[in-house]
Amino acid sequence: MDMILIPAVNMTPILPEIFLSVLAMALLLINVFNPGGQKSYLAYISFLGIIAAAVLVGIGWGSHIESFSGSVVLDNFATFFKMTFLVAAGLAVLISDSYMEREGCNHGELYPLILFTVVGMMLMASGTDLMTIFLGLEVMSISLYVLAGFNRANKKSNEAGLKYFMLGAFSTGFMLYGMALIYGATGTTRLYKIATVVGQMTLPSANILLVAGMLLMMTGFAFKIAAAPFHMWTPDVYEGAPTPMTAFMSAGPKAAGFAALLRIFLVALPTLQVEWSQVLWVLAVLTMTVGNITALRQDNIKRVLAYSSIAHAGYALVGFAAGNGTGTAGILFYMLSYAFMNIGAFAVVILVSKKGDANGNVSDFAGLGFKKPILALAMTLFLFSLAGVPPAAGFIGKFYLFSGAIQKGYIWLAVIGVLNSAASVYYYLRIMVYMYFKESTEEFEWVKISAPVALALIIAAAGTLIPGIVPSIILQYAQMAVKLM
Amino acid sequence: MSNVLSLTTFLPILGVLLLLFIPKDSKGVLRNVTLAVTVVTFLVSLIMLAGFQTNAEFQFVENVPWIAAGPFIMRYNIGIDGISLWLVILTTFIMPIAVLSTFTAVEEKVKEYMICLLLLETGMLGAFISLDLFLFYIFWEVMLIPMYFMIGIWGGKNKIYAAVKFFIYTMVGSLLMLVALIFLYFKGMEAGIHDFGLLQFYNLKLDMGTQIWLFLAFAFAFAIKVPMFPLHTWLPDAHTEAPTAGSVILAAVLLKMGTYGYVRFAIPLFPEAAHKFAPLIATLAVIGIIYAALVAMVQEDVKKLVAYSSVAHLGFVMLGVFAFNQEGITGGMLQMLNHGISTGALFLIVGFIYERRHTRLITDFGGLSKQMPIFATIFMIVTFSSVGLPGTNGFVGEFLILLGAFESQLRWFTVVATSGVILSAVYMLWVFQRVMFGELDNPKNQKLLDLNGREIAIMVPLVVMIFVMGLYPKPFIDKMDPAIKKLVAQARIAPVNAQMIPAAANQMQMPADHQGAQQMPGAEPGQMPAGHPGGGEMPAGHQGGGEMPAGHPGMDTSSSPHTSPAVNPHDAK
Repeated sequence: MDMILIPAVNMTPILPEIFLSVLAMALLLINVFNPGGQKSYLAYISFLGIIAAAVLVGIGWGSHIESFSGSVVLDNFATFFKMTFLVAAGLAVLISDSYMEREGCNHGELYPLILFTVVGMMLMASGTDLMTIFLGLEVMSISLYVLAGFNRANKKSNEAGLKYFMLGAFSTGFMLYGMALIYGATGTTRLYKIATVVGQMTLPSANILLVAGMLLMMTGFAFKIAAAPFHMWTPDVYEGAPTPMTAFMSAGPKAAGFAALLRIFLVALPTLQVEWSQVLWVLAVLTMTVGNITALRQDNIKRVLAYSSIAHAGYALVGFAAGNGTGTAGILFYMLSYAFMNIGAFAVVILVSKKGDANGNVSDFAGLGFKKPILALAMTLFLFSLAGVPPAAGFIGKFYLFSGAIQKGYIWLAVIGVLNSAASVYYYLRIMVYMYFKESTEEFEWVKISAPVALALIIAAAGTLIPGIVPSIILQYAQMAVKLM
Repeated sequence: MSNVLSLTTFLPILGVLLLLFIPKDSKGVLRNVTLAVTVVTFLVSLIMLAGFQTNAEFQFVENVPWIAAGPFIMRYNIGIDGISLWLVILTTFIMPIAVLSTFTAVEEKVKEYMICLLLLETGMLGAFISLDLFLFYIFWEVMLIPMYFMIGIWGGKNKIYAAVKFFIYTMVGSLLMLVALIFLYFKGMEAGIHDFGLLQFYNLKLDMGTQIWLFLAFAFAFAIKVPMFPLHTWLPDAHTEAPTAGSVILAAVLLKMGTYGYVRFAIPLFPEAAHKFAPLIATLAVIGIIYAALVAMVQEDVKKLVAYSSVAHLGFVMLGVFAFNQEGITGGMLQMLNHGISTGALFLIVGFIYERRHTRLITDFGGLSKQMPIFATIFMIVTFSSVGLPGTNGFVGEFLILLGAFESQLRWFTVVATSGVILSAVYMLWVFQRVMFGELDNPKNQKLLDLNGREIAIMVPLVVMIFVMGLYPKPFIDKMDPAIKKLVAQARIAPVNAQMIPAAANQMQMPADHQGAQQMPGAEPGQMPAGHPGGGEMPAGHQGGGEMPAGHPGMDTSSSPHTSPAVNPHDAK
């Protein structure tokens, strides 16, 4: 990178971020000068941009570069998560165009906003300073608030945007307060320096500022990843937001939340691991149980997937509570698989629902299995993966998450996890029951699979099935990513 | 021919790929292709039967790396011994019959149905041949999916309830087993085991507390599948609602997964815990035998009756297996095969009359023997087999089970269980009488046609097997004998060592085995009737640690250790 002339600052670590920001701004301009009409070309440009960004991210694999005086780092951990965000964003872009067109809200700002969200998420994954992480979080969140309320003619979408904004702002307050307290306790916001300072404390768990700061930060992130009891916003926001954005929100920002959480707690606060794993233990159990039990009673398909998304955050928290290599690598693997399988499932939901039908019900799937066999087969694959049935990536992910807990000695946590998994099977099966076991009243003539959606489905299905059969192709990278953090 | 086992297992998948290219309206082609695939699979599996060496080693072993990530190493590690050989053959034998039975029974969604059948076959075969715990788990779970769809799509009135119940019941059990499996792996890692290879775990000595928990988790999963009382409630629903081929496969093969699980995993992995829980399991088995027989007696639906008879038969198998001696386990294994044949045949018979009359209520029938003499004859033979009449296969299995169990610590359980034999005669003969004899007074029954050529062709192999296994069971027993001897040796309680013995320390097994033999309950030579045929062979089971190939993860059939009986500790005394 010879052409960058600013001394002492290495731009390489944030090259993908810069690229995506520039692209997003360019798209905004293009959109301004071409008002009205078709916006599909913006989707295509964004998708190509995301692929280019993925190449940029991929080149960085294996390097370890700190920059901006140690507030940003390019390492495998960041790279892995950045790939996950790009997968989520890429799939979201592919499924957005036809949906937005159908719903009559195909405004060109959508794609730049998605790209800005990705930039924010990337900063969260690569930030090694509380401030950088916070900035990334805000860039991500503010874009997401807009995306949730993007269908401005729809009341529910408005409600979603506003609700997300209010609760999000509230949780950000918690987080910032926590960061301030940690700064107060340690005198620094650099993660590695915090680790050093905390390591030198005689009894860090008795330092009230530090522990309170840690808990407040955890609360803030628990909002972002939709962990119970901070999950209340999730179903309403997921239901109201435009479906492609729901798909994106459930996969991308959740992964970003975990990236930041993992980075902060494993890098800055490993000395307090005994304390925070206990909190996470409880959080994981609550999150899994609340998510799954509530999902059992839902009829609206988006709400089912919303509650299931809460439950999945719970599974990931199991791996986090374990905090060992197996569990954390499991989180990385799971977040990537989850992006494939959940966005895939939402893509099918989008296709099956009709225009303006924000209340698509599980019963709308009746008979899909034999009217649209390939679509139903894809949905079956995604659902089995979400349920954790082999041979799908979801199973391998859960296997590693629960293995982490067992390795750590949290047998009961793993048992509660698998029992939750078994309960979740019921509501995933229920969708399949409608698809295959009930006669259809519809011919599904409105289901039209455009080329980008077909591509998204193929990518999602491949990303769900192949790592389920040969998981090493992704797991080895996940393990390298957590090893050198 | 080195990949013959993989070939057998994955041939049905190739068949699925073939089916995908056949238009769904050409039903005849779909049926014939599926039949051809299953027949070819059966023929290929016969190559294994022919090439199988009668010893306790795992044969046709294939062992290649599959997943290596983090603490886990999973391998594609497969092989069969005398126990799994017969279950593999049973599966490949039943499948063409099941496929043939659907030729007229299933008219809708034929393509999907055939795909489900073939996927199911691969799943079942895979579970029987896996020597890697993780691989086994994958097949064990994968098997559920096609069965779920078979019940749910082509089932009867209550199909959704039955399908979901079937899936969730099995899932709960298997997920707990998954936790136990992972825990076992980490225990193994502490002792120097570095992959999921089953055989190494046989040598892992776990302390009693660990064994108890792990055994409970495995046993729970298998007990649901068997199914054992009181976890059997999914079975009558699933059986009754499933289409005929589904019921046949469910009864003939899927239920064997549970008992096979005990034989291959739960008992040899956790022998001390297995002994500890043997009375409990025997109690449940006996309750299952008596309870299921009583419930079967009052059923009005023939299919439900057969389903409950399954629970009773599997109770016998469990009793035999938990006798932990040569006769009991041999009987249990034989009874698994017998049950596969006779109950499979019973479901086919129920399917025949259901196809003709669209009812299964016993009261709708009566006097059918006058109208359908061939059907009556076959039904009678199968009934006798199910009851366990001498000369049929059912007798050999039940007799060995009762003999083995009577000689073991389960003597009093056996006494009660024996009354179950009588009860089974009661309900089976009674239903036969009510359906086949009496006045042919229902006008709808007076026009019934006897079995056609295809139906007879389906039943003939089963009837032949009933007599072959009933009159000359020796070839079957001979092939499985060494493997069972090894299992008996593994199931023998050695003194519990608090520390885990590293897998490499094979030689240390010998003295441990010696002491164990003296403490062995039930099967002590002194207690054994002198003239008993099995008694003299018992000490041969002391091949013990020397023979177990577990210490050699990369083992293949050529490097088989000495198979001749090792130094007999009793003789040495």
